Amino acid sequence: MYSDKLIEHFRNPKNMGRMENPDGVGKAGNPVCGDVMYLYIKVKDNKIDDIKFETFGCAAAIGTSSMITEMARGKTLEEAMKISKQDVEGELGGLPPIKRHCSNLAADTLRKAIEDYLSKKKK
Amino acid sequence: MIYMDHAATTPVDERVVKAMLPYLSEKYGNPSSLYGLAQEARKAMEDARAKIAGLINAKPEEIIFTSGGTESDNLALKGVALASKKKHIITSSIEHHAVLKTCEWLEKHGFKVTYLPVDRYGLVKVEDVEKAITKDTALISIMHANNEIGTIEPVEEVGKIAEEHEIYFHTDAVQSVGKIPVDVEKMNINLLSISSHKIYGPKGVGALYIRRGTRIEALQHGGGHERKLRSGTENVSGIVGFGKAAEIARQEMLSETERLSKLRDRLIEGALKIENSWLNGHPTKRLPNNAHLCFKFIEGESLILELDFNGIAAGTGSACSSRSLEPSHVLTAIGLRPEETHGSLRFTLGRSNTDKDVEQVLSVLPGIVERFRAISPFKKDFREYESALLKEHHSSGVD
Ligand SMILES: Cc1ncc(COP(=O)(O)O)c(C=O)c1O
Ligand code: FES
Repeated sequence: MYSDKLIEHFRNPKNMGRMENPDGVGKAGNPVCGDVMYLYIKVKDNKIDDIKFETFGCAAAIGTSSMITEMARGKTLEEAMKISKQDVEGELGGLPPIKRHCSNLAADTLRKAIEDYLSKKKK
Repeated sequence: MIYMDHAATTPVDERVVKAMLPYLSEKYGNPSSLYGLAQEARKAMEDARAKIAGLINAKPEEIIFTSGGTESDNLALKGVALASKKKHIITSSIEHHAVLKTCEWLEKHGFKVTYLPVDRYGLVKVEDVEKAITKDTALISIMHANNEIGTIEPVEEVGKIAEEHEIYFHTDAVQSVGKIPVDVEKMNINLLSISSHKIYGPKGVGALYIRRGTRIEALQHGGGHERKLRSGTENVSGIVGFGKAAEIARQEMLSETERLSKLRDRLIEGALKIENSWLNGHPTKRLPNNAHLCFKFIEGESLILELDFNGIAAGTGSACSSRSLEPSHVLTAIGLRPEETHGSLRFTLGRSNTDKDVEQVLSVLPGIVERFRAISPFKKDFREYESALLKEHHSSGVD
């Protein structure tokens, strides 16, 4: 039911685990299924320098989490902000219909982590 | 592959396949016809009926063949409801969807249904059944053993109460028949559902036991097969296979129950060494082959997929539920919080499983659990769970 690429990210997730002293943190939960994701970023020269995630969720949630960290790393904040759930799904070669909502988590947490960084910077 | 999902389905026993084959080729007669070829098919079907009756201490004429457990449950509930002037049904909140969805349908058609709660082990309280009875109660339907957590319900006591109040009693015994003794006389059962594919028979065949004299309406009309209760040319090869499967189950049940209980206990004991894990269902009143476990902070689907990559087939619960995102109604009914229902894993053992299989599962399971816990944001408690889920969520779009 899942694409090979998703399974690859699910079995060997990239950038997983907690980050010490992140510059920004995003968290999001999926009220549909109850899954939860955290995403941590470090920012340098307006670019995502380091990124990590923690996910309590299904295989699609874990796979999309890992995927988005790979997509966001090295991007400018403006570029990263524009990564949508459709982009993540596309990169993974699609998700089964009942799992389409799972990519919400990844896109939401990335946006929130960047917003968190920007709001902290203002203070 | 190590197959440990026997509650979902079982492989067809080779002896069953052998018994079926002639009825898929040269013995193709329609049991309703009169010539020899047809009578051969009829005789094989009646042999099967007797074998299935023997497994549950019924009379052959009290067995009606159906297309499986789902149809048997539908026929029992709707058939009795439609034949009765009374409009109330009592069931439990942990029934299989074949019963629950049928009850919901009946509610839409003028019936009232009481869904009894269960305790934390999944047991229905016998007093609750008695208290729920009204003058208008047509039927009590309580499953014999639960398909997810394996709890064995006090059906004999419920049967006694039903008899005292002269109310029909149906039990869904799809998971218990062939694994533990079932005796429709001793248990005061009026109607009982069985499915062939859970006892090493073919899929798409089942039976409903209907005690003689029970008032029931047919749902499927036509040529009047199966004592006018289920029209349609019979699935002869399937029925023959089902009969053979019942015969084998009857012969092997005692020794197999003992063997599987030991494997199950070893599996449970080993798995519970993993931190933050627990057993669901009753510690002793449980099916001999069921080990239903929860692992905190991780999610069942990931576990199942990763076990699959390790050559182990296990389930999270009801096979139907793998198509839905809702937490299991059974785990919710035993009082687990939504986040706790996530990390559930069901091993159901069967004939092919050995000591070695159990040891193999126990050798890979701790590592898999640990790997997913390393990915999870929750390590010690779920304290932040609700806030992450509810307050922080902005765009909860579902598509
Ligand atoms: C308790 C119970 N009832 C009914 C059914 C449905 O049986 P079938 O698959 O034969 O329709 C099942 C099978 O999943 C079951 O476990
Ligand atoms: S099912 Fe919950 S995020 Fe996939």
